[in-house]
Amino acid sequence: MTGLLGALLPAVPLVAGLLGLLLPPASRRHGATGGDRARATAVTLGVTGAAGALAVAVALLLTVDGPTETSSTWVDVGGLVVTLGVRLDGAAALVAVAVTAVALAVQVYSIGYLRRGPHDDVDVDHRYPPYAAQISLFTGAMLLVVVAGDLIMLLVGWEVMGLCSYLLIAHDRRLAGAPAAAMKAFLVTRVGDVGFLLGIALLGVSTGSFRIADVLAHDHSHATLTAAGLLLLAGVAGKSAQFPLHTWLPDAMAGPTPISALIHAATMVAAGVYAVARLYPLFTAAPVTLTVLGVLGAITLLLGALAATAQDDIKRVLAWSTVSQLGYMTGALAVGSPSAALFHLLTHAAFKALLFLAAGVVIHAVGTTLMSEMGGLRRSMPVTFWCTVVGLGALAGVPPLAGFWSKDGVLTVAESAALEGTGPAPSWVGWLVWIAGLVGVAITAWYAGRLLLRAFFGAPRLPLVRPHDPPAVLRWPVLLLAVPAALLGLAGFIRAFADRLRFPTVPVAGSEDGLVHLGSGVLLPLAFLLLGAGLVLLGWRRDRAADPAVALGPLRPVFARAFWLDDVQHTLVVRPVRALARAARTGDEVVVDGAVEGSGRAASGLGAGLAALHRAALPRAAAGVLAGALLIGLAAALVGVNR
Amino acid sequence: MTFGQGLLVAVLAVPALGAVAVAATPRDRAARLVGTVAAALTLLAAVPLVFGGRGWVAWSADAPAVRPWHQLDLPWVPGLELRFHLGVDGISWPLVVLTALLTLLCCAYTMWRVPGGGSGRALVALLLVVEVGILGTFLALDLVLFFLFFEVVLLPMYAIIAGWGGADRRRAARKFALYTLFGSVLLLVGVYVVVAAAGTADLVTLTGGAGMSRGTQLAAFTLLALAFAVKSPLWPLHSWLPDAHTQAPTVGSVVLAGVLLKMGTYGLIRVAVGVAPEGARWAAPVLGVLAVAAILIGSLVCLAQSDVKRLIAYSSVGHMGFVLLGVATLTATGIQAALIGNVAHGVITGLLFFLAGAVKDRTGTGTLAELSGLRETAPRLAGLLAFAAIASLGLPGLAGFWGEAFAVIAAVQVGGPLWTTLGVLAAVGGALTAAYFLRLLRQVTHNRPSPAVGRVGPGLAGAELTAWVPLVLLALAIGLAPTLVLGVAEAPVDALIGVVSR
Repeated sequence: MTGLLGALLPAVPLVAGLLGLLLPPASRRHGATGGDRARATAVTLGVTGAAGALAVAVALLLTVDGPTETSSTWVDVGGLVVTLGVRLDGAAALVAVAVTAVALAVQVYSIGYLRRGPHDDVDVDHRYPPYAAQISLFTGAMLLVVVAGDLIMLLVGWEVMGLCSYLLIAHDRRLAGAPAAAMKAFLVTRVGDVGFLLGIALLGVSTGSFRIADVLAHDHSHATLTAAGLLLLAGVAGKSAQFPLHTWLPDAMAGPTPISALIHAATMVAAGVYAVARLYPLFTAAPVTLTVLGVLGAITLLLGALAATAQDDIKRVLAWSTVSQLGYMTGALAVGSPSAALFHLLTHAAFKALLFLAAGVVIHAVGTTLMSEMGGLRRSMPVTFWCTVVGLGALAGVPPLAGFWSKDGVLTVAESAALEGTGPAPSWVGWLVWIAGLVGVAITAWYAGRLLLRAFFGAPRLPLVRPHDPPAVLRWPVLLLAVPAALLGLAGFIRAFADRLRFPTVPVAGSEDGLVHLGSGVLLPLAFLLLGAGLVLLGWRRDRAADPAVALGPLRPVFARAFWLDDVQHTLVVRPVRALARAARTGDEVVVDGAVEGSGRAASGLGAGLAALHRAALPRAAAGVLAGALLIGLAAALVGVNR
Repeated sequence: MTFGQGLLVAVLAVPALGAVAVAATPRDRAARLVGTVAAALTLLAAVPLVFGGRGWVAWSADAPAVRPWHQLDLPWVPGLELRFHLGVDGISWPLVVLTALLTLLCCAYTMWRVPGGGSGRALVALLLVVEVGILGTFLALDLVLFFLFFEVVLLPMYAIIAGWGGADRRRAARKFALYTLFGSVLLLVGVYVVVAAAGTADLVTLTGGAGMSRGTQLAAFTLLALAFAVKSPLWPLHSWLPDAHTQAPTVGSVVLAGVLLKMGTYGLIRVAVGVAPEGARWAAPVLGVLAVAAILIGSLVCLAQSDVKRLIAYSSVGHMGFVLLGVATLTATGIQAALIGNVAHGVITGLLFFLAGAVKDRTGTGTLAELSGLRETAPRLAGLLAFAAIASLGLPGLAGFWGEAFAVIAAVQVGGPLWTTLGVLAAVGGALTAAYFLRLLRQVTHNRPSPAVGRVGPGLAGAELTAWVPLVLLALAIGLAPTLVLGVAEAPVDALIGVVSR
């Protein structure tokens, strides 16, 4: 029964997505009614798919107790068995609920968000059917990753997600940068996936099967584990936007805002963290991998937070905040607590989806994504304002909102790994994650405060625009997401919830006593929180019209360009590959094909030469014939004499 | 004659007779219809070959390594001990069906559109003759017969390119014919070496080496592998391919990429590796290195390519590199990966060439710089192109994935510094493949429509859909159920590996 539900979970949205792709993409050549009918069908399919998946996920959450596994052979490739089956536990069910809930919110929200507005030119065509179908596929692919009982199955969902992100980011044809951003998202994650595939190959070859249960149970050599773990981390870094493969995520903002919510909250970026949690015993058995993960996580955490401080685009602030929060999750994994990582993943899914959808409402209302053109929206958009306050509070970790509890969980584990060496990696990794996490709390509070002040307080900077709270189809998803963003952290106190996130296979500190921690340890992050919030408030008090980011001084452009890592990537990877490609083409055409063509020309040249030799006037021809006859006669005589 | 033997004969006789009938039918359209019916009947005869016949030879230590499901063994030229020996097994059957399917789709497509340059009747007749040659190659179990069928393909294909091709067709056709003829000479010498050394041309007996000395096997493998490398094509013997593809008419490109190249990889597996296993083991590292070079160089050239059809042609070099890497590992996993990679490449690249042809026919240009914004004017065509490109870059869940991923996995499985490096480099080639296909899509489908694209209508002809939809469905079906190909190939591959590693 549970197994069936598990199989149904990805199947429902995948089928809805595939059916949706068959609908005619509403073209402007169609009559308005035909386009409307296709759109209505697409809406129905998309919402039904997401709602159905949510229902299945909830049913799964209620029925699953203890790990469940189903498996049948998919294909046997020369002795390596690939299976088709699900592997379910409480954590999988919880993540599935988060994914489907966000997907449903996004599907509903998109109905209103992608409607052709009065300001859009007629040429703009939102092509809703493929868009909704791609969201369904995206959801289905993520759910496939969540339930997959086999590494190859996981890889299928993993890469289909990359494809869907590509398609959806390129959806908006008004943005000239969208196709490039889409390509970047797919390519950067694909580069990480080279490692992921090789890691899977190593594990599969070592085990003789790709079934996760078999892979975990197999006794791998230490070298295999270390190599495979590091290779898998490359894929994880790509999907979960960890340094140095994080560069695609901020650019992915070119996608429609609901898509940003989907990518940042529930799918794609969550997949990497989830995959590590899923295969956690492999990583604890090779602590080097967790050391690397901890270092990358700490860098990502601070890098994202610092980059978020200087952005003017409201979506880019949120995007960099995602990068930073992902650093908390991977940091938690590195110091030994997949439970804390997944808890933060769940609360982050709630508050980040809320923040993006609320930002979408703001963008919809004011027609710009730049905070320098917003301001004073608190009065005209009270619902949106309060929802954003909840979301930002949760992001910064204001008690008792969701992010406070989950971030505190991460910091507690890091603290014990640092002070008592309870983590699987060396204790300096604990120190690194702990300190980065604490500093990150202050920076997060600073940029969250800046966002709130710049967009919602002060005087309106675009006086002509009359912003107002959104229509119901946009409002309700935002309002409903505010509930878990505020309260999900308290779920950590509920035994049933905490038990479902417990990893029986992981012997770690911190997870024995539940997910949430109340004690003197809470005070330290709170102090950092007050520090960050106080600083930004102070700066704003001094000059209400100015951007608090001026306080950053000369560092501001550095943070705004995210330490120029994009340019570094361009110089170190993109340009050399392009040059290499041009060289390869020239080499291929001049050298390889040149040799072929040259030998052809040489042959015909030789033929022509010989032909010319044979074209002779009578005297020379007669002389030649006679000379030949003489030679043959001579040869015959010589041979005859010798015999 | 059993039912299975009847089918074997029918698979060759129907298209051959069909070609004659097409040539004899005076009216052009009626002739094309006759040809399409003949191609359909061939497919109908090819599919049921899978039924029956399996397990008639119980496994034993001295059982032959090639155990056909059905076979037909008749004396042909008794004086030279030549036999007309046909048979089909799990290695050849998927390719036989693929050939019959693609020929049918090409004939059906020709019902709707005949490329300029000649009559549709002659084109269909030539397509059927090519089909006879390719099917014969896949079915032959006698080395000399194999060689004959291998050669039958050459001239009609030359005529198709030279007759119905693009502006520079004659030069391209001549290059194709001469280059592959060069390969054929090597094949002939290789066949002669094997037959002279072993005293038989029967592939069933020959598989496993038939007691040939090490030196003979090395020589035979070198000659045969070179011959098949030209056909596959393996870098650096590939340079006939881009020209031929760019100039060939759409149906010519489809047959060329879809199945003609597979004669090379099939020959490598069945003839070169099977007949000279010791030579194969000796040359495997070289083959592996060249295969990975093909993957990387093919992808890099694609990244700097400026013509759609040329780009797809070079992508074939890269994809066949994965197939050859799989063969070079000489493991069951690698050969299986090569087989499914072969079929997947046939389906997907066939589709890609159909679509590239459609784009070129509509816009009148194949230059990437002149194409953009296809999704604005022809969303369905752009969507199909995106599907084909994504299938070709090896997205898991579609057909292309299995061959590429498991070629890499097989290389990792062999282990050791060399093969691990090859596996890593091949995986990097996978990322490059994604890069050039995304570049193609970004250029052709995104942004504002270029003038050439602006006049394209959104509609697709019925004949186009008829030709494309089966390939789309197959790419999906093989991706979701790779057992369709790998299931039937499991026993013969295990048997082959048994004799190779003996």
